[in-house]
Amino acid sequence: MLALPAIPLLALACVPLVGWGLRRAPVMAPWLAALPAALFLLVLTTPDGAMFSLHWIPTLGVELAFRLDGLSRLFALLIAGIGAGVFLYAAAYLEGHPLLHRFLAVLTLFMAAMLGAVLADDLLLLFAFWELTSLASFMLIGFDAHRAEARRAAQQGLMVTVAGGLAMLAGLLLLGDAAGTFRISAILAQGSTLAAHPAAPWIVVLIAIGCFAKSAQWPLHFWLPNAMAAPSPVSAYLHSATMVKLGVYLLARLNPAFEALALWQGLLIGVGTATMLAGAVLALRERDLKRKLAWSTVVALGTLVALIGIEDPLAATAAVVFLLVHALYKASLFLIAGIVDKKAGTRDAMQLRGLGRRMPITAAAALLAGLSMAGAPGFIGAFAKDLLFTVQLGVPRLLPAVALLVNAAMVVVAGVVAARPFMGKPMETGGVAKDPAVALLVAPIVLATLGLVFGMAPHLISAAIIEPAAGAILGRPTGIALGEKQGGTVVMTMSFAALGLGLLMFLGWRRLQPTLAGQTWLDTYGPDAGYGRAMRAVSAVAVALTRRVQGGSLRGYLAANLALVFAGAALVLVARGGLALPLPGPWAGPAQLALAAVILAGALAACRLRALFGQVMAAALVGFGVGILFLTLGAADLAFTQFTVEILAIVLLVAILARLPFHAPDARRAPERRRDALLAAGVGAAGTAILLAVLSVPFDPFITEWMGKAAVPEAKGRNVVNVIIVDFRALDTLGEIAVLLIAALAATVLLRRTGKPG
Amino acid sequence: MELVLATGIGGLVASGVWLLLRERAFSVVLGLAMLSYAANLFIFAGGRLSAEVPPLVLGEVAAGTMPADPLPQALVLTAIVISFGTTAFLVALALRAIGESGTDHVDGGREQER
Repeated sequence: MLALPAIPLLALACVPLVGWGLRRAPVMAPWLAALPAALFLLVLTTPDGAMFSLHWIPTLGVELAFRLDGLSRLFALLIAGIGAGVFLYAAAYLEGHPLLHRFLAVLTLFMAAMLGAVLADDLLLLFAFWELTSLASFMLIGFDAHRAEARRAAQQGLMVTVAGGLAMLAGLLLLGDAAGTFRISAILAQGSTLAAHPAAPWIVVLIAIGCFAKSAQWPLHFWLPNAMAAPSPVSAYLHSATMVKLGVYLLARLNPAFEALALWQGLLIGVGTATMLAGAVLALRERDLKRKLAWSTVVALGTLVALIGIEDPLAATAAVVFLLVHALYKASLFLIAGIVDKKAGTRDAMQLRGLGRRMPITAAAALLAGLSMAGAPGFIGAFAKDLLFTVQLGVPRLLPAVALLVNAAMVVVAGVVAARPFMGKPMETGGVAKDPAVALLVAPIVLATLGLVFGMAPHLISAAIIEPAAGAILGRPTGIALGEKQGGTVVMTMSFAALGLGLLMFLGWRRLQPTLAGQTWLDTYGPDAGYGRAMRAVSAVAVALTRRVQGGSLRGYLAANLALVFAGAALVLVARGGLALPLPGPWAGPAQLALAAVILAGALAACRLRALFGQVMAAALVGFGVGILFLTLGAADLAFTQFTVEILAIVLLVAILARLPFHAPDARRAPERRRDALLAAGVGAAGTAILLAVLSVPFDPFITEWMGKAAVPEAKGRNVVNVIIVDFRALDTLGEIAVLLIAALAATVLLRRTGKPG
Repeated sequence: MELVLATGIGGLVASGVWLLLRERAFSVVLGLAMLSYAANLFIFAGGRLSAEVPPLVLGEVAAGTMPADPLPQALVLTAIVISFGTTAFLVALALRAIGESGTDHVDGGREQER
């Protein structure tokens, strides 16, 4: 059963090959379409219920598990099938583009991630592929990186989908915890018991947020039209046919587990309906062909989400049929919009007229796709529409009215995008437009024709594709065959009413559109503007914070660090009850008391003296005081080292003195001085307290005794300190020598003549 | 003795911090020196202060006198030398900075520019 994991992993392995190979031989680009075509056949021939699993991260229970059922097969076929057409189209669309190899490599990566996501049988594996599609989408939307609009759209798409993905990850983890497994098939096998779990509402809401963000549901729908900044093949493939349906896929996938939950149904139907309405209104007021199609995609996605929320065999069937129909006509229309854009030089639906005479083949393909979209009889779109109306009539309250309005709006979009540009008298600017090369026409024609073929012969897909997928959404067989007449005269009436209303609005669209576009409050208070405000607020906060935290003054950083470290240490000491006085040891002798006084006096003098030379002498006083103190405490080696170093240090410091004014008064202002004095006193007190706490811990003489005993027999040395330095801790000493050498080297480099007058 | 030493170290740390926060590179060098004295004494004190006899193995040790702990001494010896290296580097850095900018202000003489 190696064919199943090979589907996504093979595509993934091809990514670097594509980028590398096409860079050297860009003429081979059209042949890349063979990859999705081969994967399509592979998906088609893999039997239902195929499974594969491999331990991936066993400690976390994550498995490299894949599974193929009706739902994932439908998606995989769409991904690979439409992928084949889009790859062929893209190679011609971007022919001669210097970054064609990169574009196709990312497109391959996206396809691999999509296939992985819909075939994954492990929640976390699915999540990994899911995020990979977001990243690929980011790179593809921002492909024309020199355009600010494309960069903003790419960032926006990424922010919205990844933020949603984060919520979804939390939901998936909760779900895995509640179910006791991350295997999707095992979760679904538990039936509706999960719906009764106390965490179920959280799981539902969190996962739904991720799916809504991915599938552009209101109010997170705004990123999708902006994503139209991507090249047309990307819009067709990612942002209408496949990626945006990933959220729908996951909702459909998990539907059997949660369908009994009122929250699940309410959330999906409510948000789906709101999305349909918002998308329909926004689609009507849009003039740009691609953005108009994008709004209608939002409508379609809302419809699908609402259909999944309705628990009914007909609704599941309607969802599957509509998903397929939409993928076919929408991808086709996007590809045609790309051709029109390229040939006529504009995407403004108001300006585009009369292209039909010059581009008859394109016009024919557009007509086929548009008829399927409008739900004309004979096309598979008609089945979808009848099913939709039948289902939506079954849900009282708002839905039938919404369905009527939304379907009429879809008729308008179909007319404006697929018919209007090709009708009427030719426009002046489109004088050079003509049908493009075959490579650009194949995909839209095939996809549009399939809509007619499936409409004429529904038995081709009914039992093989539609029923298994709908059954997977429902969690049990639907028993519905496509092509059976659904609904009665009411549905017929509604269907014609929608068509009539749509035609009426289409004829009046030239006047309707400016009225709707005049409603600027839709933009001013819309979520897109809100996103912009939120991003600006984040920037403003970051700037203000950076200005405060990174003031540019070394002294400020130093003071903050010292305060934090020592306040933290003191706080822990007090909080843990570590404040303690050591047991009284031997009293300090008069010599030691005098030395301590000398050291403190030197330290004070170094702070107070104004003459630099005096400061150096004060520091030297401290150094020699410390050296003698070592001597009285049984550390002769330390004392002598300290003396030597002290003399060298004085010599060095005097070297700076030669370059400086003799007096350097403290230039700090009074408040600064108060702050620094407070800080210095605090840090000093913390140091004292910490030392006292250390000394109050009983001493463990184990190492001392061992070293005293081992020095002579093992290291042949009588001075234990020396033995430690050159023998027991010799590597430490080596490190010390290295530090000294590095310091000396660095100093040499710093002091080399720079050629500038010093 | 412990109290005396702890107070002394506290004083050294305080003066070190005070000097470190001044705006002249020269003071910063002195401040770091003060802090390293304090740190060395601190480590040394970790081996306790009961002994006056250096840790030498010279035949029988007289009863009642325990030699000092050699390990902190070895660590401090290393620390003294390294702090000297650091001081030397800092001095070189300050000299170069004075050569480049004509001032030993730690923030590159921003104060004069204002």
